[in-house]
Amino acid sequence: MKRLALIIAVLAFGLAACSEKSQVAEFKQGKYQGKPDSQSWANDPLPDEFRGGKWNKGDRTSWEESIKKRQLAQHEYRRIYQ
Amino acid sequence: MARMKFLCDAERCIECNGCVTACKNENEVPWGVNRRRVVTINDGVVGAEKSISVACMHCSDAPCMAVCPVDCFYRTDDGVVLHDKDLCIGCGYCFYACPFGAPQFPQAGAFGLRGKMDKCTFCAGGPEADRSEAEFKKYGRNRLSEGKLPACAEMCSTKALLGGDGDVIADIYRERVLRRGRGADLWGWSAAYGLPGQKPGAQPLQPQQSAPTSGKS
Repeated sequence: MKRLALIIAVLAFGLAACSEKSQVAEFKQGKYQGKPDSQSWANDPLPDEFRGGKWNKGDRTSWEESIKKRQLAQHEYRRIYQ
Repeated sequence: MARMKFLCDAERCIECNGCVTACKNENEVPWGVNRRRVVTINDGVVGAEKSISVACMHCSDAPCMAVCPVDCFYRTDDGVVLHDKDLCIGCGYCFYACPFGAPQFPQAGAFGLRGKMDKCTFCAGGPEADRSEAEFKKYGRNRLSEGKLPACAEMCSTKALLGGDGDVIADIYRERVLRRGRGADLWGWSAAYGLPGQKPGAQPLQPQQSAPTSGKS
């Protein structure tokens, strides 16, 4: 009985060496290391002659509305025919 | 929240390279670097020639960002992928990872100088004070901070290249596709520019031209 237990223990220990460790590296999302950037809507709108958008400084919603209007100007069906 | 994207209509692009020129001019891109370029397939084959304008697609899961060893890439709140040139080491990993060939490296030196990576910024500048000279020198003009769209899209004469929030430009493109028909009729002048209600088809013949005759001439 004792001998059998010893054989099992030796086998278990010996086979453990055959196990394989995962070699696939775990992907970790990188973290930006550079300088911080400012937001587009944090700026003042340009004077009228430069034909930029109109928004309230610091107000993201108004900037997004302004840029959306500009995007819709690319829709020639609406721009020309309606 | 906007997700800024480009969309190029292959039925409309006429390979004029106006977008490439607009980008170079607006951002004063150095010689040898092309942030945007026009790719054409089946060049010269009538009915099969297609062109699209390609630049950084500002991927939602950008591979350049994943492979950068110094983590110099970031994504703005509008979904624009930008990078910090002060941090870039010019290793070129992003160039290999990008499926669109967007990252560019200056090649001005006699020995193939690699330098800092340069790419399309969606005319949104970079991590410097907005509209400053430093930002313009490193990244080009910041048109988004002026309430404008990228110069390439705004300059496109046929409006093949659309730029802006993915949802908005997808709606524009969808309506365009629905109006111009599909299948074998989908090529030619009327297909691309046809007025609503007009049957799509080939470009109308000019008065001095005559219809092609059968047999060899």
